[in-house]
Amino acid sequence: MKKKSELFLIGISVLFLFVMLVLPLISVMVHSLRGGLCFYVQSLSTSTVRSAFRITILATVLSVMVNTFFGIIAAWGITRFSFRGKQILSALIDLPFSISPVIAGLSFLMTFGRLGWAGKWIRTLNHALGTNIRIVYAVPGVVLATIFVTVPFVAREIIPVLTGRGKEEEEAAALMGAGGILIFRKITFPHIRFALLYGIILCSARALGEFGAVYALSKTRGETFTLPLEIDALYLSNSSDSITAAFAVSSILVLLAILVLFLKNWVEYKKGINKSNGFN
Amino acid sequence: MRYMDGRRGGRDKRVIPGFGLCMGGTLLFLSLFIFIPLASVMVYTLKLTPREFLSVLTAPNVIHAARTSVLCSLFAALINTIFGLILSWVLVRYEFPGKRIMDGIIELPFALPTAVAGITLSKLYSDTGILGRILALFGIRVAYTKWGITIALIFIGIPFAVRAIQPVLEQLDPQYEEAACILGAGSFYRFRKVILPELFPAMLTGFGLAFARGIGEYGSVIYISGNHAREQTQVISYVIMQKLNYADYKGAAAIALMMLLLSFVLLFLVNLLQMFQTKRTSP
Repeated sequence: MKKKSELFLIGISVLFLFVMLVLPLISVMVHSLRGGLCFYVQSLSTSTVRSAFRITILATVLSVMVNTFFGIIAAWGITRFSFRGKQILSALIDLPFSISPVIAGLSFLMTFGRLGWAGKWIRTLNHALGTNIRIVYAVPGVVLATIFVTVPFVAREIIPVLTGRGKEEEEAAALMGAGGILIFRKITFPHIRFALLYGIILCSARALGEFGAVYALSKTRGETFTLPLEIDALYLSNSSDSITAAFAVSSILVLLAILVLFLKNWVEYKKGINKSNGFN
Repeated sequence: MRYMDGRRGGRDKRVIPGFGLCMGGTLLFLSLFIFIPLASVMVYTLKLTPREFLSVLTAPNVIHAARTSVLCSLFAALINTIFGLILSWVLVRYEFPGKRIMDGIIELPFALPTAVAGITLSKLYSDTGILGRILALFGIRVAYTKWGITIALIFIGIPFAVRAIQPVLEQLDPQYEEAACILGAGSFYRFRKVILPELFPAMLTGFGLAFARGIGEYGSVIYISGNHAREQTQVISYVIMQKLNYADYKGAAAIALMMLLLSFVLLFLVNLLQMFQTKRTSP
């Protein structure tokens, strides 16, 4: 028989998680189906939602690609070599975690915006070449903001795995004359496969749902809005139909979030990755 | 050749190729996507005279928003640390059906987009929502008040606290507890004198991470908080966004700079704590 204190603590935990985490999920589902299945499908197929879906996928795919490449390079650099300032560099990779997403958006606005220093260069370039390159309030800005907030995910999943393994195998391979690419492909990559996959899963989850940073850089509904921004627009238009539509779009993201959690736990189970290296 | 000059024993020779390429690539990437944009914010604030800078930061709505953000984040981080301790304890020490699901669901706030979290929480705690109606019976209003902000920040911060404490608790050597038990210490005394001191740095880390996240949080907070200046339910990120929407870039930059400084300090402290933690736990 279990002790009373044990039951009490389990009870508190279950209650807390149910009220704080499970209930909101159920609530999204219930609200999304309030208008019936027909309305649900209808509100998912409006042109603004479809456009938002496209932009979201584009931003997610691009930021995952960029961050995978960067994450591997950064992790290789940090773990395979000793140099001064290593601690600082790995702390700096985590910087976007502790910066408000609103500030991430604002910083791009102040770089590429109308009054930003790079904004002037872009204007001159546009004048000279007759092009119409826009970064702020356009799709490139959305992609940049998404990349900013997802920078740490891949790198910090790989770094602990590589640190834990040491660099003897790579050194041996290098001494025997293998080149960098060959060493990575044959020795390093097989060890970091799951950590990399794990990082990519977390990175995509964050990219799909980024709100604050993108919100500062995207103003045209139907053109540069991502799904979270579309949800915001629907929710704030304040008619009960559009609120139901907002929940309908949300339900898609909830399903994706559950899928992400499932995949994440599956990878963890497969590889026994340390939990402390989760999202935070 | 570069790898031959192993000066002094401490520095190891670089046998593995690609140092220049990796470091160059990493620094270039970080500069392009993070450092240069953040530096632009700092450059932008230089356009302000010190007087303007101060007048932005001392405007009543900014001070109120800063206070609301800090107080709500502190309170939410405190609640999260307490529940983080309880949840980690339950997940590490007890066996019960559904434990795997419970462990898996902890990260939901990370995986769920903040805007989705924001609108559901706001519906749940509004006067017509399930929880809002129950709480209204006791005369508690959550939606559109500071309590609402705190609830949203608790939601966002749960995983930070749990995932900071849980691994440390897992690695805790049971022999000290056993020793204390044999010496006749009661279970509460054992917890307070043996386990709690070991967990304290991890709890502080979790607290710091949850607090840092809470201070800057935007998406999950703005729907449930009233965003009302007079009722002081605006958070600091909301004020920045409001200034951006009114094209008051100078004001936005000034507040952003202060928040960046705070982020750097928090990041530094958390890193210090984590270094302390690894020194303690590694043999």
